[in-house]
Amino acid sequence: MLTADLIVIGAGPAGMAAAAEAGRAGLSVLVLDEQSQPGGQIYRDVERVVPLRGDLLGADYAAGLPLAQGLAEQGVSHLNGAVSWAIEEGGRVMFTRAGRAEQAEGRRILLATGALERPMPVPGWTLPGVMTVGAAQILLKQSGVVPERAVLAGSGPLIYLTAAQMVRAGVPPLALVETQTRGDALRAARHMGGALRGWRYLLKGLGLMRELKRAGVQRFVGAEALAVMGDDRAEGLRFRRGGRDHEIACETVLLHHGVVPNTQAARSIGVAHRWDAVQQCFSPVLDEWGRTGVEGVLIAGDGAGIGGAKAAEYAGRLAALQVAEDLGAITAHARDEVARHLRGDLRRERAIRPFLDTAYPPYAGAITPEDATLVCRCEEVTAGDIRRFARMGCLGPNQAKAFGRAGMGPCQGRYCGLAVSAILAQETGQSMDETGYYRIRPPLKPVTLGELAAMEEPVTDAAE
Amino acid sequence: MKTVSPFRDLGEGRPEVEVLLNGAPLRLPEGMNLAAALLAAGVRSLRRTPVSGAERAPYCMMGACFDCLVEIGGVTRQACMLNVEAGMEITRPQEEITHVDG
Repeated sequence: MLTADLIVIGAGPAGMAAAAEAGRAGLSVLVLDEQSQPGGQIYRDVERVVPLRGDLLGADYAAGLPLAQGLAEQGVSHLNGAVSWAIEEGGRVMFTRAGRAEQAEGRRILLATGALERPMPVPGWTLPGVMTVGAAQILLKQSGVVPERAVLAGSGPLIYLTAAQMVRAGVPPLALVETQTRGDALRAARHMGGALRGWRYLLKGLGLMRELKRAGVQRFVGAEALAVMGDDRAEGLRFRRGGRDHEIACETVLLHHGVVPNTQAARSIGVAHRWDAVQQCFSPVLDEWGRTGVEGVLIAGDGAGIGGAKAAEYAGRLAALQVAEDLGAITAHARDEVARHLRGDLRRERAIRPFLDTAYPPYAGAITPEDATLVCRCEEVTAGDIRRFARMGCLGPNQAKAFGRAGMGPCQGRYCGLAVSAILAQETGQSMDETGYYRIRPPLKPVTLGELAAMEEPVTDAAE
Repeated sequence: MKTVSPFRDLGEGRPEVEVLLNGAPLRLPEGMNLAAALLAAGVRSLRRTPVSGAERAPYCMMGACFDCLVEIGGVTRQACMLNVEAGMEITRPQEEITHVDG
């Protein structure tokens, strides 16, 4: 069995930064990551891709290079293609790699599992030709593949960034259909102080808008009643704005209204989570170092609450410093010296979040979907079904599984959990904390009997 | 007939290899993300859902939504978590199960 002082799950900014920091402190670190290259989603395949198309992805993407190179730090071993599917007491992680299940044991575990797109149930969102904006960006980053006739719909800065990258790739989108309203902008103005502290992001945002305008990309702001048209595949997007109905014919609809912490692994080991009313998501309850209530388990990065890539990097380093001090590799004084600077960086980095969260709230029509809209993509359960369960006495999402299999398909609730909890809370009048979330159990990802059986075979190659 | 894809492949100059998609030969760039390669090749739907038989295609591209499920060598896998290899035999998972059930 593989052993390490620290096991890091996820090689995005938080995981990569934590691994390097812990390695520098003299700890042995094992990084387990699902992808074939380090980077996570934000820096997907960064080492391979920067020379190919770093120019169109921008400097913030290339900023992932030194982080990926940090995995070469003394004491750090990185296993790519390693899909973690169970975390057990005592720091044991079960994972699958190259067709066989393996185990690793760490004195501490850092979950750096990042974010997921917020579920955006609108009519037609399950049709082929509909993807998340994040998915389109991953296609562009990792594979150099861009949708030709696309509409981006929803709200949030990722829409502008991805649209601008598509423009630079020579494949501008047909239009942006944005759901934030003038009222949101007015409310966000109250957070201008924080936004000005994050001026670099404001400038970047304004630059992106200019780029889109120059490219002639149409923007429809304040859109509502979004629906994807088409029977077997997406053929267009219908919406209403300013009392008028619009239809844009297209082949690809890209949806986005924010990202939320990926809490699957943390929930599977009983980490407590709390509803964050500003970010409108559940976040794990952590101390200032990222420690959870579960002995030996820490969380850093967007999985702890959405802060973006730079914030994830700082939080990852803070968690690693705490682990290093805890295991006796560095003194509390040394830890605090570095931590003081990191906390300042982290505060500056997070300053713009209240502005962004208020200016680009989730799309109301997807928080309260129409009855006929599918909410659970896997088991094809509609919003109306969930409301009917509530009327029949269903109080929480775990009961909803028994009522109608919501959340029981292969994605295990990743793309319906928040929507199901929200609809139930609306119906019962309970808070999101009272309503709660799906109980997540291992395996977190499917594992085959063949992969399990292979675990007992003698290992021929140790971790490289 | 040449398939028209709704996606443009900017191209990385990867050599193409042959795979079988539902029994038909298809040339894809070697080592490319399988879901991306299929989309770029004009494959619009990868499977039907077991519940209603609705068509599905890649949605999240990050291993979370499980909509890009395909069957390779008898095992259901996420296309977005695989890279193209020569000789891959890719089929629709659910149709296979329906067939076995008779």
